[in-house]
Amino acid sequence: MTWLVPLPIVLPLVGAALSILVGRSRTAQRVVALSILATLVVVAVVLLVQVDRHGTLVAEAGGWPAPLGISLVADRFAAVLLLVAEVSLLAVLIYAIGEPGAERHHVGFQSAYLVLAAGVAASFLTGDLFNLFVAFEMMLTASYVLLTLGGRRGQVRAGMTYIVISLVASTLFVTALALLYSATGTVNMAHLAQRLDELPPGVRTAFAVLLLVVFGIKAAVFPLFFWLPDAYPTAPTPITAVFAGLLTKVGVYALIRTQLLFFTDETRPATLLLVVAAATMAIGVLGAIAQEDIRRILSFSIVSQIGYMVMGLGFFTVAGVAAVVYSMIHHIIIKSGLFLIGGLIDHSTGSSRLTQIGGLVRTTPFLAAMFLVSALSLAGIPPLSGFISKFALVQAGIAESHYVVVGVSLLVSLLTLFAVIQIWTGAFWSPPEVTTLPTPTPVRRSGGPLLMVAPTAALVLCSLGVAAAAGPIYSFSERAADDLLDRQSYIEEVLSP
Amino acid sequence: MTVMLAAVAAALFAIGTYLLLQRKLSRIIIGLGLLTHGANILLITGGRRGNPPIVGSEEGDGFADPMPQALALTAIVITFGVTILLLALAYRSWLLTADDEVQDDVGDRAVGRSDVVHDEVADQAKVIEREEAP
Repeated sequence: MTWLVPLPIVLPLVGAALSILVGRSRTAQRVVALSILATLVVVAVVLLVQVDRHGTLVAEAGGWPAPLGISLVADRFAAVLLLVAEVSLLAVLIYAIGEPGAERHHVGFQSAYLVLAAGVAASFLTGDLFNLFVAFEMMLTASYVLLTLGGRRGQVRAGMTYIVISLVASTLFVTALALLYSATGTVNMAHLAQRLDELPPGVRTAFAVLLLVVFGIKAAVFPLFFWLPDAYPTAPTPITAVFAGLLTKVGVYALIRTQLLFFTDETRPATLLLVVAAATMAIGVLGAIAQEDIRRILSFSIVSQIGYMVMGLGFFTVAGVAAVVYSMIHHIIIKSGLFLIGGLIDHSTGSSRLTQIGGLVRTTPFLAAMFLVSALSLAGIPPLSGFISKFALVQAGIAESHYVVVGVSLLVSLLTLFAVIQIWTGAFWSPPEVTTLPTPTPVRRSGGPLLMVAPTAALVLCSLGVAAAAGPIYSFSERAADDLLDRQSYIEEVLSP
Repeated sequence: MTVMLAAVAAALFAIGTYLLLQRKLSRIIIGLGLLTHGANILLITGGRRGNPPIVGSEEGDGFADPMPQALALTAIVITFGVTILLLALAYRSWLLTADDEVQDDVGDRAVGRSDVVHDEVADQAKVIEREEAP
């Protein structure tokens, strides 16, 4: 079944080319993009079942054996993130097609979107550190295009900051690669893991910190997060939704993969990670409270949620990493869903500023219900998926007696509740304070056209599913965490298949 | 030779970082160019020196390591593409604002200066209006 592994990278790239070829017909472009993403969801499901039953799948590009050629590795962690990513990409694409605006006026939208999908998949699947750099660039370049599509003033301003900071991160990545290559003579991740062990511990720790900075910028951890709340809110809703769900999570993925695979316990910057995690959680949520715009509140809360994932990683135990895997699954779905709901609010009221909207609970009760479920899940109210992920993280932390960071995380989840309740009271509960805004479209009770509401509802349902099937998903996460912490078996599977 | 290359990389990093801290986008782009060149030179320095790696032209250890060169080429191509996009964006910014200065985030600035009318703190349109008035 190894032929399945390159498909999530190759298919969207072919699709991107195809949708340029059929650029004259918007319908043909949509058919291409939708059918490819739908196929990829199926491929990802098959891949996940295969990997879970029969172990890690390794595909060698061009048939070159491992340390020489580029290997694509699908283990449990990569496969499950791939599935969640493809599902949210598909849902957001349907929403984008339903939304009047961004998608309709740009020939390049579908292509850039598919390249983004390919980049995300490649980042998850690659077993080669330089190829990870290429995958990041593929994803980021597509995201630059998507972010600035339309060329409005705010987009250009935010786009510049975003591109410059990403380019700086990429340069640092190349620097890290150069130093790693000259120290070890390889860029294959399994081979690197093997050879890094021979270096002195000081050098290894330096590499661990360097990679932490590189991926910390992409994952938006404190103090490297400032570009995120600046850039994300300016893009059209579907694009913000996919960025919010996926891009930072790819950074977290790379962080987890490199820290766990390359370094052993004594060279991992565990304390640094925990301090960074606590600061990320706290600053992110405080930023969210200070904002008055739905998108900006949600963007800051991405930062604070990233802190939770870094905290779980910082424990470096099976329980901690399993909790991170579960919370990544939860967070990709819930965050994309929340941004889509924000977009629906914008669509039905013409604004996303809390002072200008209100009373949505009467005009669009269905939208209000979807928001309430997702928001409470984000804050970690039982029995929703956010509660399970936070409970698992806190349990893992207490087991390792890291009481301070666990305390911070509990306080932060209270403040997160405060931030989302702010949206709830501002947008749904209270009457609008300023009533001068003309409603752009007659408001429907569901909140928008079917093509916009259905994918949003599907994502909310998925998040309920993640909570309802928490038992099997959590035990899967534990198996994935076992894989991640077992460096030797990864190295063996890649180097001697 | 290696020391000289390392020194060149260090100098490029230093100049690049300085330019990156400027407010004009054109300078930032030049800074990024220098910074990425520095990284690429570092990449090249990481490999072994020697003759061109062509099969049959030499025996055993005489070859240069072709790997970092291939990596550097890939990195150069990627940076090239992104720089072009950034230049296009700088041009667009110049068209829109007659300047290529990277502006502050309007929302951030307004939150920082809470003496602005409190209800419309982050309202982009209002703040821009306010600034253009005097």
